[in-house]
Amino acid sequence: MQSPAPSPGTASTGTAPTGTASTGTASPAAPTIPAAVALAPAERAVRMLGGDLTERSLRLHLEGLSGVDAVGLEQRAAGLGTRSIKTTSKAWALDKIIELIDLTTLEGADTPGKVRSLVAKALTPDPSDLTAPRVAAVCVYGDMVPDAVAALGAAHGDPDAGLVSVAAVATAFPSGRASLRVKLADTADAVSNGADEIDMVIDRGAFLSGRYGEVFEQIVAVKEACRRDDGSYASLKVILETGELNTYDNVRRASWLAILAGGDFIKTSTGKVAPAATLPVTLLMLEVVRDWHRLTGERVGVKPAGGIRTSKDAIKYLVTVAETVGEQWLQPHLFRFGASSLLNDVLLQRQKLTTGRYSGPDYVTLD
Amino acid sequence: MAKDLITAGARSFLDYAPAPESTSILHLQKSYGLFIDGAFVKGHGTPFASISPATEKHIAEIATATPKDVDTAVAAARRAFDKTWSKLSGADRGKYLFRIARLVQERARELAVAESLDNGKPIKESRDVDVPLVAAWFFYYAGWADKLDHAGLGANPQALGVAAQVIPWNFPLLMLAWKIAPALAAGNTVVLKPAETTSLTALLFAEIVQQAELPNGVVNIVTGAGETGAALVRHPDVNKVAFTGSTAVGREIAKAVAGTGKKVTLELGGKAANIVFDDAPIDQAVEGIVNGIFFNQGHVCCAGSRLLVQESVHDDVVDRLKTRLATLRLGDPLDKNTDIGAINSREQLDRIRELSDIGEAEGAERWTAPCVIPENGFWFAPTIFDNVSTSSRIAREEIFGPVLSVLTFRTPAEAIAKANNTPYGLSAGIWSDKGSKILAVADKLRAGVIWANTFNRFDPASPFGGYKESGYGREGGRQGLAAYLQPAGSARVRTSAYSQPRKTPRNALSAGDAS
Repeated sequence: MQSPAPSPGTASTGTAPTGTASTGTASPAAPTIPAAVALAPAERAVRMLGGDLTERSLRLHLEGLSGVDAVGLEQRAAGLGTRSIKTTSKAWALDKIIELIDLTTLEGADTPGKVRSLVAKALTPDPSDLTAPRVAAVCVYGDMVPDAVAALGAAHGDPDAGLVSVAAVATAFPSGRASLRVKLADTADAVSNGADEIDMVIDRGAFLSGRYGEVFEQIVAVKEACRRDDGSYASLKVILETGELNTYDNVRRASWLAILAGGDFIKTSTGKVAPAATLPVTLLMLEVVRDWHRLTGERVGVKPAGGIRTSKDAIKYLVTVAETVGEQWLQPHLFRFGASSLLNDVLLQRQKLTTGRYSGPDYVTLD
Repeated sequence: MAKDLITAGARSFLDYAPAPESTSILHLQKSYGLFIDGAFVKGHGTPFASISPATEKHIAEIATATPKDVDTAVAAARRAFDKTWSKLSGADRGKYLFRIARLVQERARELAVAESLDNGKPIKESRDVDVPLVAAWFFYYAGWADKLDHAGLGANPQALGVAAQVIPWNFPLLMLAWKIAPALAAGNTVVLKPAETTSLTALLFAEIVQQAELPNGVVNIVTGAGETGAALVRHPDVNKVAFTGSTAVGREIAKAVAGTGKKVTLELGGKAANIVFDDAPIDQAVEGIVNGIFFNQGHVCCAGSRLLVQESVHDDVVDRLKTRLATLRLGDPLDKNTDIGAINSREQLDRIRELSDIGEAEGAERWTAPCVIPENGFWFAPTIFDNVSTSSRIAREEIFGPVLSVLTFRTPAEAIAKANNTPYGLSAGIWSDKGSKILAVADKLRAGVIWANTFNRFDPASPFGGYKESGYGREGGRQGLAAYLQPAGSARVRTSAYSQPRKTPRNALSAGDAS
């Protein structure tokens, strides 16, 4: 992802890189898109919906998706939550959770010192046990990217290589209430500072008022803003903020929308709105990703974020991933946890497995 | 991914490490007698072994009740009815039932382990479905005990007397609760016969009855095979017969009690249609199909064994279904991650195999989920038959196993016609996002229970029972209570031999046999 290699979703399938096709340019200035006007021809959308991509064809597609039965979805999620992961499976799961964490600090009070501390924790999660793996990435506000990059130094890179990536929230996170021009500048700024991954928010206002085309155009434009000078792209995580979308039908539509527009990951939440990630919502997004894979052979990532604080909960997510899309999704380019306090709980559980004794919060470090 | 253990082939996360539920909580006896008049007594028949269907290992020896033992049990129930139970106030009967419910909850884990061991069902089902529902049934009917005036039979309805209850092996303890809870709440006393292969939890329940200090003789449990059951339902001094099981046996019982004046409820077989429309919530429908037919290894009378799927979505649904079935985990019923347990008996396994072979011979496309079958025990992998015609035997007969027959339809009218085209009529399922369509279709289905966008959900407040060859009468809810009551001032139910001297039960029995 840091190298000019194609984005992760396509790397394993051998198809063309994601992102907007070179034939069209996103129109950053257009505030609304009349139905008849063609949308920016994002490659995936063109493949799925055909060349005459318009607001109307997009709407027809999204509204034609099969509905979600809330009771059934929640029942299935609860069923997956009853899996009993013990002994060797648990040990594997705990390490895997760490490898999938985007260790996050997104506070107004963030300082370079706080970010350095976070990075140190990301690199050495448990100073008392150096076998604990590193997390996948640190996730910070855009202006903190240079500090994170500097603190990581040589350890900055692809999590597949045992290195730690830098993810930056962008596009007027968390509300997304800014003009597209500002959002694009926000994104480009983070990318040029060395962010490997961009966590953007969708315009929930536009989505809820039915302006799907506008949401689509913005994602396409932000994706384009993720382009580096060398032609490679920062990985794009599209935050749906499912707590504001409110219904599962909306979550399914927004997931499709984000994938069609070129998102490399779909992400549940900013962590600033309750409810944040829930198991049913994540299951639903995984089902969309699975369906996309069935249709195209292409792999899109999923990131639940916010509210996952315990190992027990995180293991339920691993089970849900493995039994819904398959184990191959349990890798940093296809699944992440957006979390801050989760890591320490996993470390406590890990220490318990290693030593046979429960330790306490004073035996894991603050970040 | 160098660091990815899975792709490195080192191991697979989905091969979850064993997570067996401990059996140390169980304190089983080597052999069990009959539970009559508040005590365990020896049976006069030849005892038989109860085995674990997952391992074929011996669990305990169970007594066989002869007609004479049955007679003793019915006499005990009669005494308890005349002397104590019918004289107690509803509120006091309710207290006993609440006590039983709480004891079931206290001993929930033990009961779940025993049920999975003896029946073969996965512990996650006995733990999360069977046992909690057992407690729920007793709590629900405990609440009814002092409110019989509102059961729909007018003021002061009367209990019937002694109830003879014969239950199947698919939900041993739950079926016991369905039978005993309303009978006791209404003021009856009972003699219950569990299925031959699954007597264990009924005998543990007898311990709970003792623990609850229920008056002697109110609940009697006689174990044994078909002859014991026949002796029980034909006994001249029972006033009510309640049976859950196969249609063939139900028919025999109906014949045996015809003209005797005994009240009867029969809950028999089924061949439920699970109808999936093209506007269904597809992912949840797939879950519902799985839950409909693979819950409890398909040993469910109301199982959604006929999948009726709209032709336009057939391929998609079947494809998704196969993918989903490939994730089901078959194996040790006591492992907490097991989805599909063992088939209850060799006899049942043979029947499932026979009907599946017929399905294949009749030209249906067979697909079996890829799973490893353990060496010992009775197992059948989840199986789908596609392109099944309505005339095929696997579309007509109850298989009572993890076998799904897939048929298609084009319009709602055709779906209704095909769904109703069965001698049974116990349950049905409808999957659609459109409420008006669900209501319109449900209106025209001839089935006692209809689930919309879900399947195999049970609640004590909801009456359950069938049309046609699925039996008659309802269990659960107010209707289930009324089945154990008669209006005030009704003549005492007279059975065929009731007028004969009570002290010559053998004569009475033969009179019953002749009817």
